[in-house]
Amino acid sequence: MADLAPTPNRRDWFAILLLLAVLAVVPPIAEAVGQPFAIKVASRVVVFAIAAVGLNLVLGFGGMVSLLHAGLFGVGGYVIGILAWHDFNGEALHLGPIAYAGTGNLLISLPLAVLVSAGAAALMGVVSLRTNGAYFIMITLAFNQMLYYLGVALQKYGGEDGLQIQGDLSLAGLDPSKRLVYFYVSLAALAVVMVLVQRLVGSRFGMVLRATAQNERRVKALGIPPTRYRLTAFALSGGIAGLAGALMASGQQFISPADMSWVRSGDLVVMCVLGGLTTVWGPVLGAALFLLLELGLSSLTNAWQLPFGLIVIGMAVWLHDGLIGAIRRWVQS
Amino acid sequence: MSAPLLETRNLIRRFGGLVATGDVSLSVLPGETHALIGPNGAGKTTLIAQLQGELPPSSGQIFFHGQDITALPSHRRALMGLARSFQITSVLPDFTALENVRLAVQARQGHSFRFWRQAGADRPLNAEAAEALERCGLADRLHVLAGLLSHGERRQLELAMALAMRPALLLLDEPMAGMGKQDGIRMTRLLAELKSDYAMLLVEHDMEAVFSLADRLSVLVQGRLIATGSVEEIRANPAVQAAYLGHG
Amino acid sequence: MSLPLFLEQTLNGVQLGVMLFLMSAGLTLVFGIMNLINLAHGALYMLGAFIAATVADKSGSFLLGAVVAVVATAAIGALLEVALLRRFYHRSHLDQVLVTFGLILVFNQVTQLIWGAVPMRFNLPDAVAGSIELFPGMNYPVFRLVILGVGLVVGLLLYVMIMRTRIGMWVRAGASNRAMASAIGVNVEMVFIGVFAAGAALAGLAGLMAGPILAVQVGMGEPVLILALVVTVIGGIGSINGALVAAIMIGLIDTFGRVLLSPALGSMVIFLAMAVILAWKPKGLFPVHG
Repeated sequence: MADLAPTPNRRDWFAILLLLAVLAVVPPIAEAVGQPFAIKVASRVVVFAIAAVGLNLVLGFGGMVSLLHAGLFGVGGYVIGILAWHDFNGEALHLGPIAYAGTGNLLISLPLAVLVSAGAAALMGVVSLRTNGAYFIMITLAFNQMLYYLGVALQKYGGEDGLQIQGDLSLAGLDPSKRLVYFYVSLAALAVVMVLVQRLVGSRFGMVLRATAQNERRVKALGIPPTRYRLTAFALSGGIAGLAGALMASGQQFISPADMSWVRSGDLVVMCVLGGLTTVWGPVLGAALFLLLELGLSSLTNAWQLPFGLIVIGMAVWLHDGLIGAIRRWVQS
Repeated sequence: MSAPLLETRNLIRRFGGLVATGDVSLSVLPGETHALIGPNGAGKTTLIAQLQGELPPSSGQIFFHGQDITALPSHRRALMGLARSFQITSVLPDFTALENVRLAVQARQGHSFRFWRQAGADRPLNAEAAEALERCGLADRLHVLAGLLSHGERRQLELAMALAMRPALLLLDEPMAGMGKQDGIRMTRLLAELKSDYAMLLVEHDMEAVFSLADRLSVLVQGRLIATGSVEEIRANPAVQAAYLGHG
Repeated sequence: MSLPLFLEQTLNGVQLGVMLFLMSAGLTLVFGIMNLINLAHGALYMLGAFIAATVADKSGSFLLGAVVAVVATAAIGALLEVALLRRFYHRSHLDQVLVTFGLILVFNQVTQLIWGAVPMRFNLPDAVAGSIELFPGMNYPVFRLVILGVGLVVGLLLYVMIMRTRIGMWVRAGASNRAMASAIGVNVEMVFIGVFAAGAALAGLAGLMAGPILAVQVGMGEPVLILALVVTVIGGIGSINGALVAAIMIGLIDTFGRVLLSPALGSMVIFLAMAVILAWKPKGLFPVHG
C-alpha cells in the first residue's frame, strides 16, 4: 500500500514552541538590563498575537476577510470591565429577569467574556455569512462600527471615554494588574490558543474549513454544507479575539471604544498578512513585527503613519505571502 | 423494467427569455451508463447543474431513488449518492491529491464537527481515500498538491473524489475535456472499468468514447431532448443526424 | 415631535442622504465596474474639504474653492487609479483592503503634515451664511438648502447620465457585465480612469459641502466612508438606483435616530437596519450581479 504518512507539521510545532520560548524570556532579560518597559510592550504583543491568531483562523484558513475582530476584542474587554464595575459599585447587573452581582473573579469572567464574544460573533456571522466576498468585508466593517457605537452609547460604563476598572481583579489569587502576572497569564493563553488552533486546522473540521476557502462549489458537491462550518469557525475566532480583549482589559484595567475602532480591525488584518496567512504561528510574528514597527517608527517621527502606510501599500503590491514569505524566498534563493 | 434511478419530469429552465432547458423528461436506469450528447450550447451543463442542485429549475421535477429532490440543496443530494465531476476541473488546489479525496470520504461519513483528532493521522480515512486514488491511477501521486497535477491527472482526481463518495449515480460532465489522445484513451478505459459498478450520466463530446461506453443515449438540441435510445437507434435517427451528427 | 422640528429633521435627513449618495455613487461604480473595494474613498472627501477651505480662505471666494477642490480631487482620483489601484482590479479582496487601508494611513498623515492636527475653520460666504424662514416658526440655514439643492441637481445629473446617455450605457454595461464593457468596443482604460476621477470628484464635492457644517479635520472621511459602505451594501453593490434609495433612507434613519434616541444609539440603528435588510436580501435591495 502507498505511503500514508500525514503531511508533516513538525516544523509548525517547532515554530510555535520557539516563539513561546522567545517570548517567555523577555521579562527576565528586560529586568536584567533595566528595561521593564519592554515587558509592557511584550504583553501588548502577546495580547494582539492572540487576537491575530484568532482572526487568522477565519482569514487565512477560512478565506473570510473580517473587519469585525476589533469589535469582538472590545466585547471581551467590556465583559470583564462591566462585571467588575457591578462588583465594585455593589449594584446588580440586570439582564431581563436575571440579576447578577458582577464579579472581579477572572476564573468566572474570562470564560464569560469568551462566550459572549463568541456569541456576538455567531449572531453577526449569521447575517454576514449569508453573503461573501466584498459584501462580507463591508458588512463585517459595518458591524464593527455598530459595536463601536454600542461602546460609546454605554454612558453608564464611561461612554466614549472608556471604562476604568476600579475594583480588584483576581485570577486564582493572582493580581493581573501586576506586570509579570499580566504577561505570563497572557502568554499561557496564547500557548493554549496556538495549540488548539494548530490541532483544529489539521482536524476534519479544519480540512472542511480550508476546503471552503479554496473552492466552495466543490465542497457543496461533495455533500458538505459550508455555511455551518464557516459560522462555527467565525464564532470560535470571535471567542479568541474576545479572550484577547478580556486579557488586555484585565491587565491594563481599562477598555474603551477606541479599542474597537475599525482601524484596529484593519491593524489585525495587517498583522496576519505581515506574518503570513498560511500558518497558525505566522500572525504571532506579524503582531510582534507590527507593534515593534509602530514603536520604532513613532520614536523616530510623529508622522509615523506615513512610512507605515507606505509599508502596508508596498506589502499589498509586492508581497502576497507576507514578510515571512519574502524572507523565506530570500533565504531559499 | 426496473424503476429509474434518476428521472426528470418536464424540466424547464429559463434565463430571462432564453430557454436553456426545454421540457426535458429523462431517465437513468439502475446500473445504466446513459450518455447525454448534443452540440455546444445545447444546455447539457445547465441540465447537470439542475440535477446536482446548483441551479433551481424554473419548473418541473427531479426524482432520485424515487424521491422528489427538486427542492433539495446540492449537499443533500450529494449525501443521497449523487456525485458530480465538473466540466471545468474543480479540485482543491492547495490540498494534496490524498487530502482532496479524503474530504470526499469524510463528507460521506457524516458531519465534520471533529476538532481535535488529526485527519491526516486517521488511518481508515486515509486508506479509503488512497484506494479511490489507486483505482483512478494516481497511486504514486498521493502527496502531490492538486494544483501541481497535470490536467489529465486532475481529471482523474475529480473522478476519484466522485468515487470516494460511494455514489449511486455519477454525473460526469465532459470527463475527457481538454485531454490529449493518450489521456483520453486512459480515461475511457477507466470509465469502462467503472461502468459495471456505477450508474452514470455521461456528458461527452468524444463520440468514440460515448459510443463505446453508453448503454443508452439522449440527444439534447437547443435545450430540448430530441431522441433517446440505444447507440444503434441514435446513429440511425434521421433527426439526430440532421441536428447533430451531420455537423460533427 | 412638533411639525416644524419634524420638517427640519426631514430636510436634514434628505440632505445627509444626498451627500451619502454623492459618496456612495463613486464607491458603488468603482466596485461594480472595476471590482475594487476602495476604503480610501473617504480620504478624497477629506481632501475636498481641506482644499476648498484653504483656497476659499486665501482667495476669499467660496466658489473658487469649491471648483478647485472638485478638480483637484478628480485629478487625485485619476492619479491614484493610474499609478496604483489599477493593478488591483484582478487581485484578491484582501489585497484591495490592504492597499486602500494603507492609503488611508498615508492620506491622513500627509493631510496632517500639511494642514496640522487642529480642525480647520471653513467660513461660509455671507450670502449663504444666514437662515431663512421656510415655514412660519421654522428657520432653516440657507447653506443647508444650498447643499440639498446642489446634491439633488448633481445626483439627478448623474442619474440621467448613467441611465440615459451612451457613456452611462457603457458604465452600466460594465457594472452588470464586466466582460461586455470591453466586448462592445469601449476604451475600457479611459472609462476606468473617468469613473474613478468622477467618483473622486463627487466625494470631494460631498466633503467640501460638509466642511462648513462639520469640522474640517484629519480623519473626517472615515465615518462618512462607513455610512457610504452601508448605503452601497444595502442598495446592492454596483447599483446607482439602489445607492440613491439607500442613501436617502440611511440619511433619514441616521438623522431621526440621533434626535429621537442618542447620537450613539442613533448610529447603531443604521447598522441594525442594515442587518435586517441583508438578512432579508443578502445582495441588497437592487442586486446587480447575479
